[in-house]
Amino acid sequence: MTPVLGRFLILASVFVATTGSLIAFAAGKRKSLDGLAWARRFAYGFAALMALATLTMEYALLTHDFSVSYVAQVGSREVPTWVTIVSLWSSLEGSILFWGLVLGAYIAGATWLTRKQHSEYMPFAIGTWLACGTFFGFLIAGPANPFLTIPNPATDGAGPNPLLQNHILMVAHPPFLYLGYVGMTIPFGFACAALLRGKLGHAFLKPLRVSLMLPWIFLTIAIMLGGWWAYEVLGWGGYWAWDPVENASLLPWLTATAALHSAIVMERRGVLKGWTITLVQASFLLTILGTFMTRSGVFNSVHSFTQSSIGPTILVFLAAVLLFSVVLLALRIDSLESEGKIDSAVSREGMFLVNNLIFVLLTFTVLIGTVFPLIVEALRGKQMSVGRPYFDSMVVPVGTALLFLIGIGPALPWGRATGRQALRSLLPPLITGAVVVAIGAYAGARNPWTLLTLLFGGYAAHVTLVEMFAPIRQGGAKALRRGRRRFGSYIVHAGAIVVLVAIAVSSTMRTSTEVRLDRGQSAAIGPYTVTFLDVEQRMEPNRESTIAKFSVTENGKPVTTLEPRMNQYPAMREPIGTPAVHSTAARDLYLSIMNVDTGSRSISVMMLITPMVSWIWIAVLIMGLGGVVALIPVRSPAIREAKETLPVPGEAAEA
Amino acid sequence: MKRSRLYLLLALAVALAGFAVIAGTGISKNLVYYWSPTDITHAGDKAYGATIRLGGLVSPGSVHMEKGSRLDFDVTDQHTTIHVKSTGVPPQMFREGIGVVVEGTMSRGGYFQSDRLMVSHSNEYRAPKAGETVNAKELIKTTKGIE
Repeated sequence: MTPVLGRFLILASVFVATTGSLIAFAAGKRKSLDGLAWARRFAYGFAALMALATLTMEYALLTHDFSVSYVAQVGSREVPTWVTIVSLWSSLEGSILFWGLVLGAYIAGATWLTRKQHSEYMPFAIGTWLACGTFFGFLIAGPANPFLTIPNPATDGAGPNPLLQNHILMVAHPPFLYLGYVGMTIPFGFACAALLRGKLGHAFLKPLRVSLMLPWIFLTIAIMLGGWWAYEVLGWGGYWAWDPVENASLLPWLTATAALHSAIVMERRGVLKGWTITLVQASFLLTILGTFMTRSGVFNSVHSFTQSSIGPTILVFLAAVLLFSVVLLALRIDSLESEGKIDSAVSREGMFLVNNLIFVLLTFTVLIGTVFPLIVEALRGKQMSVGRPYFDSMVVPVGTALLFLIGIGPALPWGRATGRQALRSLLPPLITGAVVVAIGAYAGARNPWTLLTLLFGGYAAHVTLVEMFAPIRQGGAKALRRGRRRFGSYIVHAGAIVVLVAIAVSSTMRTSTEVRLDRGQSAAIGPYTVTFLDVEQRMEPNRESTIAKFSVTENGKPVTTLEPRMNQYPAMREPIGTPAVHSTAARDLYLSIMNVDTGSRSISVMMLITPMVSWIWIAVLIMGLGGVVALIPVRSPAIREAKETLPVPGEAAEA
Repeated sequence: MKRSRLYLLLALAVALAGFAVIAGTGISKNLVYYWSPTDITHAGDKAYGATIRLGGLVSPGSVHMEKGSRLDFDVTDQHTTIHVKSTGVPPQMFREGIGVVVEGTMSRGGYFQSDRLMVSHSNEYRAPKAGETVNAKELIKTTKGIE
């Protein structure tokens, strides 16, 4: 019964999305407000059906209904209830259904928030969203159907991918990634609407910017959670390996970040409209490319659950969206007239252009390195990959330049800067940079790139903090409330500076050693002495764990006890390690079991000291927080009063 | 087209071409080949010095642990066997008969010199039955790097 209900809901959602999309485009062409109202109803309908389908799946999972194919695949009576709930995104079919739920929620939210505005653009936006909805509905109904009926259901199953059960971060990472990925559909719809409508008015910039910012926040945090998870679970002590699936999450982030910046120039100077639209479309295309890479099995890794047949389907969709975007851009880009021009390269807007250039370079660098092996394999059948040195050697200089730019951009005025203005604003922060370099060198930094990063980091931090608090000094808290967007973006910058510095320091100043210890023996690393106490086996309902106990002392004083472990899951041939990490502000001590001899009770353990690594997680959260601050709508009491008495001018002009 | 716009486009084209050259050389210098033991013997001289990920099974009875983390073992795909000298840290539960991927290069001494050792992390992969061949490509795809 449940699988039939699920299939019905999905088919209904495909029908609703298709019909709604057609109605919306027709309404856009005829400028029919009635048609738009109907398109909105279909958008809500699509969201409701996706939500119901997801609830049906959760019901099936929780009741262990093994007649549903997806439950048969990932369900198990042995696993804790929270694992059962999150099993929804533990395997391919369920994760695509979850994608549908998120897409529905985004579409409904965006439709609701724009219900009284932008009626000339909205039909095209809703039409584009629902066209994407049609595709994902089709994907769930066809190649990735989780609601197939199993004729003779078993009474129990194997359970979800053990990696999901092994660490809480693996539970949080996928939803954030989907919220980031799927959310890019909304600005894509707005961008297409501007092109189809043939104009991009000032009032329409706000929904474009807001709809880009929200998924950007989620994506930022998702990338960090992925790296953090790799660090906490995979046991090699790193957090980023330029793995294709990691790159897949980074690519749309890079273009979305570029778009957020060019959108500011567009807002201030009325230029770069076509360019911003292109970046927004590229971000959406890269999320689809990323989905193809992670979900089709072309790269098999932690992320691709199984060899599946959805690859070609996604590839066709990718090609269709690419063709649609390019043709639309080619036909309509000239209709988005520039209202101004950029006067001088040495100015705030000039720096925004350099920023965009850098982000586009980064995107191409990572894209080429990621896709090149795929192309070679497709054309010549040979398998290879592009090694890490390529990415490091390309990205490190560009990333350092970016850090420099974070410092120099906000220090320059809009319009045209005089030489003296430029010099005066750039000198004092340089002193801060020099101080930071001195501190770094004292702490042992010798790598020239690291020292350069410290210089630019200190410099950029000085500029950012001055700019962040300038409104407060000038106009107090009220000014700050009005300039919340600016304030938020400087918080993002501050976070980004810390992330870049922490990456430079943690990747160049690691020390590691690998030792074999008998019970009671100790080994020293840095200021720590690590003593191997004991190893024990523990049976848990869903796994068997080997847990080693170490006591840690720092300069003779006891600090903590660390328990790295290896978890053996019945569904997996190899054990999954869980390293133990002792994090402090200055450095992490990281213990990872390499080998256990339970007979003689001796152990091989890798010990790592990585400075500043926890700053990365914290600073990325700060970046997300800054994004949220920038998103909170500005609404001082005076403005609210004005809104109640006067029609809003922007909207009157738009309608 | 306005003249300034033309210059801008020209400058962009030159910058893009320069970038393409840099990226191209960067990629060609850092290619990592995914090969099975049989592929390596077919590659002949090309295998010396190239960065290779060699995938296969650890032959039973071939593992010799030396001092430190130095490790000697044979990697086989049931057709060809290649001797590996590894300085890489043996990962959790490295043992005989397991699917491994070693990164390194073929040395003139006729063995594979590796500084990086990975085990398959897949839950799909199972050790092959007798007579069954090993799919090195699948094996390589299911490893996650250990640095």
